[in-house]
Amino acid sequence: MINLTNIKKSYNKGQIPAVSNINLSVDRGELFGLIGPDGAGKTTLFRILTTLLLPDEGSATVDGLDVVKDYARIRSRVGYMPGRFSLYQDLTIEENLNFFATVFGTTIKENYHLIEEIYQQIEPFKDRRAGKLSGGMKQKLALCCALIHKPTVLFLDEPTTGVDVVSRKEFWDMLQRLKQEGITILVSTPYMDEANRCDRIALIQKGSILSIDTPKGIVDAFPQNLYAVRSTKTHQLLRDVREYPDTDSCFAFGESLHVTFKGDPQPLIPYLNKKGQTDATMEKIAPGIEDCFIHLLNN
Amino acid sequence: MPPVISTNQLTKRFGQFVAANELTFQVEKGEIFGFLGANGAGKTTAMRMLCGLSIPSSGKATVAGFDVYTQTEKIKQNIGYMSQKFSLYDDLTVAENIRFYAGIYGMSKQAIKAKTTELLQELQLEKEAKTLVKALPLGWKQKLAFSVAIVHNPDIVFLDEPTGGVDPVTRRQFWDLIYAASDKGVTVFVTTHYMDEAEYCNRVSIMVDGVIAALDSPANLKQQFNAANMEDVFYELARNAKRKAD
Repeated sequence: MINLTNIKKSYNKGQIPAVSNINLSVDRGELFGLIGPDGAGKTTLFRILTTLLLPDEGSATVDGLDVVKDYARIRSRVGYMPGRFSLYQDLTIEENLNFFATVFGTTIKENYHLIEEIYQQIEPFKDRRAGKLSGGMKQKLALCCALIHKPTVLFLDEPTTGVDVVSRKEFWDMLQRLKQEGITILVSTPYMDEANRCDRIALIQKGSILSIDTPKGIVDAFPQNLYAVRSTKTHQLLRDVREYPDTDSCFAFGESLHVTFKGDPQPLIPYLNKKGQTDATMEKIAPGIEDCFIHLLNN
Repeated sequence: MPPVISTNQLTKRFGQFVAANELTFQVEKGEIFGFLGANGAGKTTAMRMLCGLSIPSSGKATVAGFDVYTQTEKIKQNIGYMSQKFSLYDDLTVAENIRFYAGIYGMSKQAIKAKTTELLQELQLEKEAKTLVKALPLGWKQKLAFSVAIVHNPDIVFLDEPTGGVDPVTRRQFWDLIYAASDKGVTVFVTTHYMDEAEYCNRVSIMVDGVIAALDSPANLKQQFNAANMEDVFYELARNAKRKAD
């Protein structure tokens, strides 16, 4: 449904590389996540796929159509929610939605079932100008406008950035339901924990893909044994574990440290006890997506 | 030692709407205090009052010993502030940004020179002193923005979602800076949407619908709500929020 082959793009006459050698394909009906920090190149890929930016090298297709030759046909059938709010600030909620429906040759009524669940939450404010809406309401309106023409592919660039845990959960629940409508979804996020809500993900950093797989596949490929180390003096523990000669990597993960070892992990606890960490404990754990991302960054 | 922040029934109304409702809490010197809440819960309103940018409707509060009604200029001189859209000047070099902010806070030429050398060393940016800020990677900018926010050795620094958008390694390196500042006695008041970061705080407050719904150490909160992690605590408190507008 989406295909990128050897895509390369740089800005400022080649001075600022954005993405290089990107190969990626997304199947019909798949919910695919691009996971990576700011500057990884996520937005560049979205802009190439939505025909707003020409790649320097490589080719790409969306729904079987070439992003350069068939740009007009792609535009009429995809939905795009950019990371930055891009609706008309001085039109009301209802006017914005009407505008997008009309531009795409449809009506709000025709595809109302697609947006109903989201739109109902902002409908009480439908006469309010978009510029006066809170962040969460803008996000919901933008999603409605991207969906109103029943796109075959939906592009969502960091829809949950800056959104609290509760609203993020609701948003991902909604994406699952859109997926059931048969819409292919490409979504980007800097939040590693959201990776588990995708069918497949690409971990991306500095313009290159580190890994593409199912979330489970990525976690299963973690090559080392991972341990959680805890004590009540977490900050001091971080220093102590990093000083332990057989420590390979050590990062804070909430209330515990996630540690991999070059050698035998077992002497760590007596080592910590000697350093005054008398309540230190260690257990072997399964890695998460964030562990894998950190591992790939460091190698 | 008196608390660095002390509020008593601190309230802000906009017409009928009570954005922040009778907030009462203390933050101690050197503490890392996590200030969490759902979007629209009133965090920004509360922070603006504490930074001397918004006069409360009622209640009392002091920040760094100064009154939030009558001594707002004193407050601004004695706090640091950094937001996700950090306010560095892209067209100035690293050293120029440090000099600019130190100058704004009235530091002497000599002090600025010493401070610049010290900061560049700490941040391992000596080679980048003459680099324009816009050419720096996001993670470096973030560390510089933090250092600039505390260039005048304030009693307390307010960090508004400081780690948004950076990679997981950089995010953790940023917390090393927070710990270092806290070890030097700087109080850190931080908001975040990353729930693992809530665990790094000494104490955490969670705002829901304008009130502080919970305030304790992460360990006590998890026990109180019988939750495995702070995300579950947050979800338990915030899922029934009536204000979901934002």
